[in-house]
Amino acid sequence: MKIIKDLFKYHLSFRFGAIILLLIFLLATLSFFSPYEAAKRRVVPKNEAPSFDHIFGTTSLGQDVFWILTFAIRNTLIIAGLAVLIGRSIAVILGSFSGYVGGTTDRILQSIVDSFIVIPRLPLLILISFVLKGELNFLHLALILGFLDIAWPSKRYRSQILSLREQEFTYTAVFSGMNTFKIILKEHFPFFIPYLLADAVSGFLWAIGIEITLAVLGLCDLTTPTIGTMIYWGNYYQALLMQRLWVLAAPVITSIFIVVGFYLISTSLSEYLDPRTRLKRLGTRE
Amino acid sequence: MNLLKSYFLPRLSQWLITILIGVTVTFILPRLLPTDPVERTLSTLSSLQTMDPRAVESLKEALEDLYGLGGSPFEQYINYWKRLIRGDLGPSLSAFPTPVIEIIGAGLPWTVGLLTCTIFISWILGIVLGTLAGYLPKKLWCQIMDKIFISIYPIPYYILALILVMAFCYHFQVFPLVGGASGKPEISWSYLSSILWHSFLPATSLIVGSTAFRFIMAKALTSTIIASDYVNYAETAGLSRWRIVLFYVIRNTLLPQATDLGLSIGGIFSGTVITEIVFSYPGIGYSLYMGLLQADFNLILGITVFSIVGIATAALLVDLSYPLLDPRVRYK
Amino acid sequence: MSIIAEAKHLKAYYITQSYGIERTVKAVDDISIEIKEKEVLGIAGESGCGKSTLLKVLLGTIDPPLKIVDGTMQYEFEESYNVLSMSKDEIKQIRWTQVSYIPQGSMHVLNPVRKIRDIFHDFIATHQNLNKSETTKLSQDYLQKLGLSGQVMNAYPHQLSGGMRQRVTIALATILSPKLVFADEPTTALDVLVQRGVVQLLKEIQQREGSTLVLVSHDMGVHANLADRIAILYAGKLVEEAETQSIFKNPLHPYTQYLIESLPRLDDKTERSSIPGRPPALDNPPEGCRFHPRCPHAMDVCTKEVPPLVDIGEGHKTACFLVSEEKT
Repeated sequence: MKIIKDLFKYHLSFRFGAIILLLIFLLATLSFFSPYEAAKRRVVPKNEAPSFDHIFGTTSLGQDVFWILTFAIRNTLIIAGLAVLIGRSIAVILGSFSGYVGGTTDRILQSIVDSFIVIPRLPLLILISFVLKGELNFLHLALILGFLDIAWPSKRYRSQILSLREQEFTYTAVFSGMNTFKIILKEHFPFFIPYLLADAVSGFLWAIGIEITLAVLGLCDLTTPTIGTMIYWGNYYQALLMQRLWVLAAPVITSIFIVVGFYLISTSLSEYLDPRTRLKRLGTRE
Repeated sequence: MNLLKSYFLPRLSQWLITILIGVTVTFILPRLLPTDPVERTLSTLSSLQTMDPRAVESLKEALEDLYGLGGSPFEQYINYWKRLIRGDLGPSLSAFPTPVIEIIGAGLPWTVGLLTCTIFISWILGIVLGTLAGYLPKKLWCQIMDKIFISIYPIPYYILALILVMAFCYHFQVFPLVGGASGKPEISWSYLSSILWHSFLPATSLIVGSTAFRFIMAKALTSTIIASDYVNYAETAGLSRWRIVLFYVIRNTLLPQATDLGLSIGGIFSGTVITEIVFSYPGIGYSLYMGLLQADFNLILGITVFSIVGIATAALLVDLSYPLLDPRVRYK
Repeated sequence: MSIIAEAKHLKAYYITQSYGIERTVKAVDDISIEIKEKEVLGIAGESGCGKSTLLKVLLGTIDPPLKIVDGTMQYEFEESYNVLSMSKDEIKQIRWTQVSYIPQGSMHVLNPVRKIRDIFHDFIATHQNLNKSETTKLSQDYLQKLGLSGQVMNAYPHQLSGGMRQRVTIALATILSPKLVFADEPTTALDVLVQRGVVQLLKEIQQREGSTLVLVSHDMGVHANLADRIAILYAGKLVEEAETQSIFKNPLHPYTQYLIESLPRLDDKTERSSIPGRPPALDNPPEGCRFHPRCPHAMDVCTKEVPPLVDIGEGHKTACFLVSEEKT
């Protein structure tokens, strides 16, 4: 698509973010070629520092850090991706519905949404995970994460819808007798979709961060390798105390790359789409 | 005054609604388990220690109210509220029979201290730096700062804290690893300074993350405001830079940021919880973690409910002070 | 009357570059004009003809993507000032005390979180060493002289009506008695009664202080009321310049003729005609005379060469081959 080509050529941060993410996805796909299975332990000697055989070293569970990392990246991305998909879909429906319907329904919905924005999510998540102990696999985690990241996005989508509603071309369409649904589909969607994409990318940030946090607290299925569980096991076996930094450094550094990559993409995308910043970038002061 | 009512009343009712919804969610959650949570808890507890029968009775009552299934759901709900309004969150299971509310009370000053320091410092830093970066975008140091903060902002609080621990507690061995202070709690310089010393790293980890967010917000807002008519006019008239930044830019960027503060307290609190866990800092976040490790459901439930009410209230207080900043709301 | 400001062959373009696409908008394309002391000069034209840009250049506020490609701008106060070669700080020194500006859309030029009294202090104290109470007194007296209630001082901008805000802005711009005042569409977005008040106010200030007023407006009625001389702008170029009476009684350029024709008249009930077509986009103006696509008298030479601004007689200038050929 032209947007991506343009951004890649001219926008430094997009280029940077895209390259980082490409690398990350590459690593994730490498997991399909891993010589070791993800769930197996004690397949290699334990606690070895990085060497030729094992470029990132090995863990206390007898796993190769590099290959486990590829699985971890893949799983973390899948969980986050599912969460974003579920969450943003519901947010779009909720936000658009609220925005289009307006009136008392809108006000009631917004009141509920505002409550969820204020309520701190981490204690709630800890509570939920505790209640569902043992039942918290991949899919459930993604579902819960998705559900908990609806409030703010739905508010953003709603305000986009509201501003679209007030635009001149909407009134023109209404006055010319266009059916409401058609207006939404034909006139509003083209504006909305790019915004949605840029916003969805930023959804990855929270999902990944929270996945890591929850796993580190020991709240999810610890047999599946994810970035968070790698850190959990690292801590469990006292990697810091025993100077086995490679076990922690790999997931930590990777996580930084992943989130920074996603963030750069999402900001450059939304900057590109925002006509105001485009104009401003052409002539800034001093 | 009428207008203040039109401003205050909706926010007060929103506060009530938030608490209502939050408390209801915590009411529903434990009851989603297939087995009776009360029975489970009691059996777990009695297998761990022998207890005075009267203590068991009062415990059973508390548990019934908090997450029991006796009576109709409506009755359960009312009993739940009755308990909460009394401030009685039941006894902690791991520290039986210490009431949960007492444990919260012990940890609260540490958490609140951390929280307020963070918000204060990160706000001032973030706004000042962000505004300058927005006002002078071509200056090199502004661009460098921008790059740095953009890299920091997306990093999860946990990772930030972990990196700091790895660097300064293990590698360079500068800061203490555990606890909130050393020595006896008293009003003495050695105790107070040990508080500062112990909280330096946790606070830094929180502040770094929050400042990054504030910086990015402030910079974006400033970029919008400097394009506004009144800033342009002031510049045309030759007003000095500092006067413009102070009275024309910052004053106006403060407004949306103040609205934002109420909404972001929840996020900073979550960050505080994580930080306390990483640094074993004795606040309510750390108690939550301990409760988790020891399967102390009362404690977990109690802290969650408490934090929901606390944060909703903090957000309300912030919102109520908004008219002080914005004359358009103060005078119709 | 002596000349207080002069622009010679000004060329100011907006040059933008984005994602590999370069675009040049020739907003001010070779404009020369003299501003005489103590006169009211009106600059008229449609939207998009470059009026606001011209004003920015005359004022010396040139920010990217606006770029001065050619020409000079000179102020002749007690000293001469070469506006385009001055640094931002140097220009700011003479603002408000010698040169001032009443912007378009005065609804929004007053800082919403600051009281009027404080805004006045901000602006005055920048140029004169007075403390708060002195500036307050000065402002209050001035406002009262202009017929504005002293109460205004304690108000916030949003508490005042649009017309009040416009008048406050005018007071703010003229309080230090500048010799040269630029006003950009001072009556737009105001209702008719308020417009009248603003026009009166401007007249009063100009006459009392003996200042020079340069007024940009698309409203010919305002020019009829205030201006001594009018300059007509079309697509970045000056097409006619004359005393107000001459413009209205004897418009020479076809564009001006259309403009005057389209004004409603009390005694004439025939339908007003408007100009066919639309003003050209300034990034790709027509070859030769910019008006030729819409001109009913367009000749062959008009499509090839740009007509120069020629003095037809008694200071009445026009840029049209038809007119200049007739005179020769």
